[in-house]
Amino acid sequence: MLIAEGDVELAEDELRLIEEFRRQLDAGLWAAVPVMDTAGQRQAHMVRSFDDIPRDAERVIFFPRAAGGR
Amino acid sequence: MLLALVATALVAIALLSEELLPRVEEAWSRHRARRRLAPVLPYDPGRERRAEQRARALLQSCVNEEEWAMYRDLGFIRVWGTQADGPAEAGGTGGAPYAYLVYPHRAIVAYLAQTHRLLNEYCVAFPDETRPYGSARLPDSDDVLAKWMALTGDERRLISTANMHLPGRQLDPARVKRDLWRLAQWERARMRDGARSAPPTPLDKAG
Repeated sequence: MLIAEGDVELAEDELRLIEEFRRQLDAGLWAAVPVMDTAGQRQAHMVRSFDDIPRDAERVIFFPRAAGGR
Repeated sequence: MLLALVATALVAIALLSEELLPRVEEAWSRHRARRRLAPVLPYDPGRERRAEQRARALLQSCVNEEEWAMYRDLGFIRVWGTQADGPAEAGGTGGAPYAYLVYPHRAIVAYLAQTHRLLNEYCVAFPDETRPYGSARLPDSDDVLAKWMALTGDERRLISTANMHLPGRQLDPARVKRDLWRLAQWERARMRDGARSAPPTPLDKAG
C-alpha cells in the first residue's frame, strides 16, 4: 500500500502528485480515495485518472491490482 | 615419454589460458559485483509485525467505525452488496439484501443477509510485486483494506476479476455460518451497549 498526500492548491504539490499518480498507475496499481457518502458511511471511490480525484480528497491510496485467486 | 607429456600439457595450458583467463576474470568480477549489490541483511523478526501494525492503522482510518470494531473483535468485515440482483453468477437474489464477508487472505463469501444462505466464494488476491517485505503477500489488514476498497469502490469489477466457486471450496461453510452467528451476537451486544450509554430522553426522566 502506498499513500499519496499533498495540497493540490499548491502548483508544485499538484505536479508532484500528478507525476506520482501516473507512475503508480503505469506500474499496474489501482488507486482509490476513501470518501464519505451523504449518509455518513465511508466507502472507497476508485479513480482511473487524476481528474477523477475529488479536489478535497485528503489522500489517494494505491494498492496492487486484483487477480483471480485460488 | 613423461617429459614429452608434461611439455605438451604446458603448451596446451599456455594456449588455453589466452581464452580462459579473461572469462575467469569476468566471472570473478561478476561474482564480486553481485556481492556488493546485494548485501545480506540480517533477518528482522519485527518487520512483518510493524508492517501489520501500520496496515491496521491505515485500515482503521479508512473504514467505518463499526467495520473497524468488527474486524478488531471478529477478524472479518461485512460489506453490503449493492447490485440490484445480487453478485454475478449467484443466480439472482430477487432483490433480497446480500453482503460479503471479507477475511484476510481468504475468499470473499457472499450470502443472503436475512436467511444467511451462502451464495458463492470469490477467490481474489492482491499480489504485491514490489515485495517490500520479501514476499508478494500483503499484511493481513492491507489485504482486507484492498478488498474493502475494491468492493465498495467497484463491486462489479472486483467480482468479475475473482474466481468464483461454490461455497465450501476454501472456507468451511460451517465456519462461515458460525461467523455469521457471531456477527449477529456481536451486533446485538453493540446495540445493547449503545442503548445503555445513550443519554436519557426527557420521557425517561419523567419516569
